[in-house]
Amino acid sequence: MSQSDFVRRMGSGGSAIYCGPSQWRRLHVDIPLLSLLLVLATAGLFVLYSASGQNIAYVHRQLVHFGVGLLVMLMVAQIPLRLLDRWAILPYLSGVLLLIAVLFFGIGAKGAQRWLEIGGFRFQPSEILKIAVPLMLASYLGKRAVPPQFKHVFFALVFILVPLVLVGMQPDLGTAILIGAAGFFALFLAGLPRRYLVLALLLAACLLPLMWFYLLYDYQRQRILTLFNPEADRLGAGWNIIQSTIAIGSGGVEGKGWTLGTQSQLDFLPEGHTDFIIAVLAEEFGLFGVMLLMALYLLIISRCVFIGLGAQSMFGRLLAGSIALTFFVYIFVNMGMVSGILPVVGVPLPLVSYGGTSIVTLMLGFGMLMAVSTERKRSV
Amino acid sequence: MNHDDRALKNPLMDYRLYVGRLLFAMVVVLLLSGGLFWRYYHLQVERHDAFVTLSDRNRVLVEPVPPPRGLIFDRNGVLLADNRPSFNLSIVVERVENLAVLLDELEKLVGITGADRDRFQKLLERRQRPYEPVPLRLNLSEREQGVLAVNEYRLEGVEVTVQLLRHYPLGAELSHVLGYVGRINDREIQQLDPVRYSGTLVVGKTGLENFYEDELLGEVGYQTVETNARGRVMRQLEREEPKPGKDLYLHLDSRLQRVAYESMGEQRGAVVAIDVASGGVLAMASTPGFDPNEFVTGISFESYNALLSSIDRPLFDRVLQGQYPPGSIVKPIYGLAALESGTITPAYRIYDPGFYQLKNYERKYRDWKKGGHGSNIYLSDAIIQSCDTFFYDVGVKMTIDVMSLYGTRFGFGHKTGLDMPSERAGIMPSRAWKREAKGLAWYPGDTVNTSIGQGFTLVTPMQMAVAAARLASRGEIRPPQLVRKNGRNPLPAGMIKASDRNWDYVHEAMQEVVHGQRGTAKVINKDLDYHIAGKTGTAQVVGIKQDEEYDRELVAERNRDHALFIAFAPVEQPQIAVSVLVENGEHGSSTAAPLARQIIDAYMALYPQSLSEEFDEPE
Repeated sequence: MSQSDFVRRMGSGGSAIYCGPSQWRRLHVDIPLLSLLLVLATAGLFVLYSASGQNIAYVHRQLVHFGVGLLVMLMVAQIPLRLLDRWAILPYLSGVLLLIAVLFFGIGAKGAQRWLEIGGFRFQPSEILKIAVPLMLASYLGKRAVPPQFKHVFFALVFILVPLVLVGMQPDLGTAILIGAAGFFALFLAGLPRRYLVLALLLAACLLPLMWFYLLYDYQRQRILTLFNPEADRLGAGWNIIQSTIAIGSGGVEGKGWTLGTQSQLDFLPEGHTDFIIAVLAEEFGLFGVMLLMALYLLIISRCVFIGLGAQSMFGRLLAGSIALTFFVYIFVNMGMVSGILPVVGVPLPLVSYGGTSIVTLMLGFGMLMAVSTERKRSV
Repeated sequence: MNHDDRALKNPLMDYRLYVGRLLFAMVVVLLLSGGLFWRYYHLQVERHDAFVTLSDRNRVLVEPVPPPRGLIFDRNGVLLADNRPSFNLSIVVERVENLAVLLDELEKLVGITGADRDRFQKLLERRQRPYEPVPLRLNLSEREQGVLAVNEYRLEGVEVTVQLLRHYPLGAELSHVLGYVGRINDREIQQLDPVRYSGTLVVGKTGLENFYEDELLGEVGYQTVETNARGRVMRQLEREEPKPGKDLYLHLDSRLQRVAYESMGEQRGAVVAIDVASGGVLAMASTPGFDPNEFVTGISFESYNALLSSIDRPLFDRVLQGQYPPGSIVKPIYGLAALESGTITPAYRIYDPGFYQLKNYERKYRDWKKGGHGSNIYLSDAIIQSCDTFFYDVGVKMTIDVMSLYGTRFGFGHKTGLDMPSERAGIMPSRAWKREAKGLAWYPGDTVNTSIGQGFTLVTPMQMAVAAARLASRGEIRPPQLVRKNGRNPLPAGMIKASDRNWDYVHEAMQEVVHGQRGTAKVINKDLDYHIAGKTGTAQVVGIKQDEEYDRELVAERNRDHALFIAFAPVEQPQIAVSVLVENGEHGSSTAAPLARQIIDAYMALYPQSLSEEFDEPE
């Protein structure tokens, strides 16, 4: 392939993005996506500094998380898409096996068993599945007829449900939602016939009451009840919601100013630097801050969707679309629960909440998106 | 990869479908984002003022209101465990500028010990919410409250809070029964539900306080208060009252308990009295006791050490944790076993030369009476005069298996099921038990020792009282109970089957122990206007070697035998069953039996009519 050939192809895509310096192109980095992520990360570090009670150590450690995340993203971006497609089953299978291992050897706290410890290094196998499930489904459905036939839908559902049930048993409702969503998006984008969608909706309507009584743990039920009536449990789960809505509401349009939020600085807000960090942002930067953050998130999602639209193979399209939409689920669930319209489940605000595991997992996903975006270049 | 599947692929159709779906999803994403925006707009613009009020000018605090702990009453409504208000010095650390300076200042004003500081530090770490007052000094005197009030203006962050503290009006008498509450320690914090215990400082540590912790605790309430920017409470907004813990009503009669405890005097031992009809515990005392009130506010290191290191072991509950060889009090039980198993008939008699020898063995098993009880010793004589030789002989004839079976039925070797923590099971030896516990076969000599309640057998005073109650009720198996349940007495959990003739025989023999001319407990029958059935026992503390005399002068006081006595009365219609243990009291007849009579006399005076009626929960 000659250089001119390449440029013309890119040009016909009607996009200026591929005209970046050749160094970046050789690294398979999508410049717009990377820039958006860096802006988000930088903003997130400022919020974290304030949310951690102005503890610079948290910022330093979060910087390390981002460093590792970027490295992982770069490495994954280098993998040819065909290889990802061919070996998609590997991360999936190992993830499921590790989840089973968690059932037997897992460690955890407060009744939830989520962690594996190997040689002093702790990690959550359920995080792998957040990436492995969309990868596996994209690979499986990408090779099949579109829209998928019954047996393919059936197997796809099995691929989703096995890790979903294992994670649900830990129990980790937040991660289970993200895994289920990622799998569903892959199926949906592959053209799941509408009758299945209707059927699924009906089934869900019937199963919800059953789930309520048989599947959910007491504390999970409690959280959902708390949502409707936070005042009923003022000393327990309701406390978080009451304090976070006060923080958000008192922030107003312009906010109280950076590090000046009384709710967050006076320790009224539990988990202020992790899952509830949006409340700190809303208190200190107001509705403007929230809007800016949402705009940034929507830009990132749009960019990912754009990459998905331009992908060459069905595998690439499904993978990109699924990751992009799952990213939105993070945002929606987190912002919804902190503002009191969704039950509290453990879902962080992506790339802003403090925590290495979720950042590395998210960046790994973006690495795959970059691998998709450079697919054309390789495939020709 | 399946070849057919690929054949169906149509790239252009695929792509169109995908684009349609993806764009549809984006529309949903935008709609949901709009929903989020609307929610934040609602909170931050429409309800902004309300939230500013809550957050900026005034802070709303939720404070836990600990529930009052359930009270404990005796059977006649006498208060045994009470809650009394105590005034505590508490600190809101958020309002304090320099904690170290403040603590020094307070030390000068009201005195603060190192233990106070330690407790304060721990409670501070445990605290879940900001602006929660943390207690530093408990039980302020009126003078100290006055000193604090005068200096209030320069003690920012100091508050005097009222808190209910547990109080045990009867003190040491009931120390082992009620147990006590104490400050929640580090280990307990891990296990207790932080919400249920928010605001609660103590937890039941021993006795009923521990066993019924769940019922006694109650449900925490809360109050919402508005505070100013400095955290001082301005007004109360709303309050959800805590639900007080459930009160407990005991079978126990505090008057009998006092007789039981005080009759022991300086002696170490245990007294248990059980209502035969219900299995309810009327009295259970272990001496010496201790003052449980000391533990409520946190006992000082010195006092606790003194209790721990005392040779009399006051913290040790002899009734449930003391395990003693039962000695001769097993004789009515094994006598019944011998009759019921058909090993002997009432006509069986022996000659007692003062010792017993197993066939082909040299060793002499001696009777307590030097020279023996003579000829024509029947089972009734063996019970009345406590003849060991008779039971050696009959024990070997009926085998350990029969003795073990009956001993177990009368409650030996397993927990009685009393509603108290840390009860011990004792030992009812059997072949299987010895194989497991000692890894040894059962020897004939073991049977001989077991037949008079020595050897491996160990029972608690509670088990002895339960056995007495089962003898009294002719075999009704009722787990003893301290706390009264509503309604009538429940049916017995089981029956020890024996013929009326045999029950009559054993009851008559036990009555003769007290009322007969040769009875071992005849010292207590003076001026009795009702009938007591009983059995004395003596439990060896040190083994006596073959052919060695037991010389009380030479045996140190702590190595003397334990004195035991079980009894029930009135024989014709048994109502109360009693067991008495006096450590190192030597003879059941001289030291233990008179105590039992005191209890039974007191009972008969208090309850001239039968007590076996049902009890309804007092209103």
